[in-house]
Amino acid sequence: MTACVAGAGSIGSLFAAHLATVTDVVVLTRRNDHARELNEHGLRVSGRHDFAARVTATSDPGELPDVDLVIVATKATGVEAAASALAGRVPGATVMTVQNGLGAEEIVRAHGEWPLVSGVTFMSGTKHSDSHVEYILDTPTWIGPYDGTAFERVQEIAQLIVDAGLKAEALPDLLPAQWSKLIFNATVNGVAALTGLPHDAHFAAEDDVGDLGYLVHDLVDEGKRVAAAAGVELHDDPWEMNVLATKRGSAHYPSMLEDVEAHRPTEVELINGALVREAARVGVEAPLQTAVYRLVKAREASYS
Amino acid sequence: MRVCVVGTGAVGSLFAANLAQLDDVEVWAFDLAQEHVDAINRDGLRLSGAGDVVGRPRATADASGLPPCDFGIVATKAMHTSAAIAATAHAFTDGCVATVQNGLGNEEAIAEHVARVIRGTTFPAGKVVAPGHVQWDVKGDTTFGPFEPKPAPREAIERLAEACTRAGMPTTAAEDARGPQWRKVIFNASTNPIGALTGLTHGRVCEDPPLRALVSGLVDEGKAVAAAQGIELDADPEELIDHAARPDVAYNHKASMLQDVEARRPTEIDYLNGGIVRFGDEHGVATPLNRAIWALVKGLERSW
Repeated sequence: MTACVAGAGSIGSLFAAHLATVTDVVVLTRRNDHARELNEHGLRVSGRHDFAARVTATSDPGELPDVDLVIVATKATGVEAAASALAGRVPGATVMTVQNGLGAEEIVRAHGEWPLVSGVTFMSGTKHSDSHVEYILDTPTWIGPYDGTAFERVQEIAQLIVDAGLKAEALPDLLPAQWSKLIFNATVNGVAALTGLPHDAHFAAEDDVGDLGYLVHDLVDEGKRVAAAAGVELHDDPWEMNVLATKRGSAHYPSMLEDVEAHRPTEVELINGALVREAARVGVEAPLQTAVYRLVKAREASYS
Repeated sequence: MRVCVVGTGAVGSLFAANLAQLDDVEVWAFDLAQEHVDAINRDGLRLSGAGDVVGRPRATADASGLPPCDFGIVATKAMHTSAAIAATAHAFTDGCVATVQNGLGNEEAIAEHVARVIRGTTFPAGKVVAPGHVQWDVKGDTTFGPFEPKPAPREAIERLAEACTRAGMPTTAAEDARGPQWRKVIFNASTNPIGALTGLTHGRVCEDPPLRALVSGLVDEGKAVAAAQGIELDADPEELIDHAARPDVAYNHKASMLQDVEARRPTEIDYLNGGIVRFGDEHGVATPLNRAIWALVKGLERSW
C-alpha cells in the first residue's frame, strides 16, 4: 500500500517517517524549500523512536503518483488547501483525515469522490526542523469509516500504521472518539488560548471559587450535553482526559495557544465553531462554549 | 473640614487636587509611592486635560502622621482597600469614610475598620503621567449615599457632596447610591474583561455582533443580580456601553484591565465579575457567564 502524507507538521512528519519504513511514501508540502530539504536529508525521528527515513517530497501536486492512501495531516486550517491540491488526482486512493475538531471529511469530500476514512490521533510530537521531528506521546490514532467506506479498508490502513511502528486501532464507529476529543480540544485549547496557560494543573483545580477547573468542568459538561443530544455516546470522558493529561508532568502547549501567541489563524472554527454549530443543530444551549468561541474569534480579529 | 484622600492614583488625585482649591477644606493625601508624595509636597498636585488645576494637599506615605479627619475618600485599586484602610483608620475615629473605587466589596472592607461608611461611585477618569501630575481624561458625576449596614449620617454625606461639587467634581448625595454603583460595575464587568481577553478596544468589542451579544449576556446577569437585591439602576448600562463605543467618546479606549494585562499587573476582576458572582450566589441568581469570565481572567493572571 503506497502512501502520500499531505502536510508535514509534527503529526504529518511522524506518519511519513514511520510509513516510509514499510512502504513508498510521498510527502506533499506547502513550501518548496521544505520539500527540497526532505528530499535531500530525509526525515529524522528522535524521542520515543530513533531512526532516519528516506522520503520523496514535492510541493507540486501535479507530481504525485497514484498512491493507495493519502493521509491529510495538515492543521484544520490547511485542509481546504490540501484537498483542493488533491482534486482530480490520486483516483485510486483512500483519503484519511486526522484533524482536530469536526468537518475535515466534508471539506475533502467537496473536492473528490475518494473513499474517506476519519481519524483521531492522540500521538504528539515536536518539530525541531523541517527534517527532524521528536516523537513525544505514543498514544494511539483511532480510525473509522466515513460515508460508507468498507471497514476492511479501515482495518488494512490501521494494520499498515501499526506495521510502521505507530499505535493505531480501527473502530467501526469513530464518532464517540472524535467527539471525546472535540469536547476536550474545544475546552482545553480555547481556555489555554485565552488565558495563556499551558495545559497544566490549573485546568483541573477545583479548590477555591474562581479556580479554572470549575470553568473547564462546566465547559466539558456543556459539550457532553451536546454530544448526548446528537446521539453520540462518548468513548472517553473529556474531563477525565483533562485530569489525566495535567498529571503527565510536562505541561503541553495546545496549538491554539501557540497560534494566538504567534498571531496565526487558529483551528477555532473546526473545533469550537463545530461544537457550537452542533449545539444549535440539536437544540442544546451552550452559552459557555459559545463565549469561548466568540472570544477566541475576537482574539484572532485583534491581530490586525 | 479636613479630608484625607487615601490612594492618589488618577481618581484620588482628581478629588485631592480639586478639593484643595477650597479655602474651607484642608486636604491630606495618603499614598505609598514616595516619589509621588515628594513631588506633591514640592510642586503641588497638578491636573491637566479636562481641567487644569494645581492643588496643594499635604501628602504623606506615613499613615501615622495623619491628623484626625472629618472625611476619608478611599480611591485605591480595589485589591488594596483592606490594607489602605487598616493603615489609615485611626484618622477616621470620629469621621466618615467614602469610597470612589471600582467594583463591589469596597464598602464592606472599609466597614471592617471604620464606623461610618459612605457608598460611592464616580465616573471621571484619568491617568498618572508623572509623579505629582495626573492627566484628567474624562469629567463625570459622582454619587454618594449611605453604606446601609454602617451608614454615615445623612448631613455628613450632604456636606461632603457639597464640598466636592463646589470644588468642580459634581456630586449628588443620594438616599440609595447602589443604582449608579451597579450601573458602573455592570458596565465595567461586561466590557473590561472582554477587552482584556481579546486585546480589542472598546469600540471594536462593540462592533463585533457576536461579541457584543456576549457583552449583553454579561449585562443581563448583572441586572438580574441587582434586581434580586431591590436595586434600581439609574440608567441602562447598555446605553453607557453604546455611548462609549462612539468614535468621539471611547472607541479607541483600551480598558484599564487590558492595560493591566498588557503590563502584567493584577486586575480588579475579583471585585467586578467576581463581585457579581458573589452577590449572585448570596441572592440565588445564576451568573454562569460572569463566573466564566472571572475564571478566564484569573487564569490569565496566573499565566504570568
